[in-house]
Amino acid sequence: MSPLAFFVLSLVLFSLGTLAFLVKRDLITQFMAIEIMLNAANLAMIAASRLMVSLDGQIVVFFVITVAAAEAAVGLAIILLIYRQKKNIRTEEINLLKG
Amino acid sequence: MEVFLFYLLALISVASVVAMILTRHQAYNALLLAVAFTSLGGLFALLKAPFIATVQIIIYAGAIMVLFIFVIMMIDLRQPFPPLRRKWVLALGAFLLAIIFLELILVIRTLPGTNSSAAPDFGHPTPLGRLLFSRYLYAFEITSILIVVAIVGSLYLARRKEKK
Repeated sequence: MSPLAFFVLSLVLFSLGTLAFLVKRDLITQFMAIEIMLNAANLAMIAASRLMVSLDGQIVVFFVITVAAAEAAVGLAIILLIYRQKKNIRTEEINLLKG
Repeated sequence: MEVFLFYLLALISVASVVAMILTRHQAYNALLLAVAFTSLGGLFALLKAPFIATVQIIIYAGAIMVLFIFVIMMIDLRQPFPPLRRKWVLALGAFLLAIIFLELILVIRTLPGTNSSAAPDFGHPTPLGRLLFSRYLYAFEITSILIVVAIVGSLYLARRKEKK
């Protein structure tokens, strides 16, 4: 199986993640869309690692997964905090910085 | 067999992400996301990355999805969403997305398509661990500090304020 197919799949998944981020309007689903984009980038990294027969790409993916776990913990805590203050998590209602 | 598995897993992952875009219920979204993560783990295994595939399924489909489910449980989301007011944001997003898509297609076309052979233990835990604890030792240690900071930060953010 040629790695090119994996690159195309990662491109499709990244675009779908971006689309989901733009279409959805609650913070949790937008957060999930970000995770999809991260995973698509990970797939491209692993495909590149296979293409070049070098383990560095896999190490990068390892770090990305670790940082994504930390990011999910902090991000979801922030979402919980916003919910406690505003009683909803619609992005349209969070407009404190809007001029 | 490998080609069949690739198309099967690619179909499952793309279909679950599309279904996630179409569904509005957050719990179903989380479930579909777990399916997408698991099939991506299978794709990693196809690319001779068995260790990363395992990590993907344990951390993404396990830990991170449990976090999401817990937060969905704590938040009451039964209010309906009003229709989108500014349509031009979507149009702009679609336009930017099309540009990114075309650019990346052009980049992918320049890549070499041949698959060189890898060592039999390529992607196994042993060579990955050797690399992780030699060349990437500082990055590894800094990541552990980052994880501690994230734990403390999320505990601090999510705590209940005491009533005075």
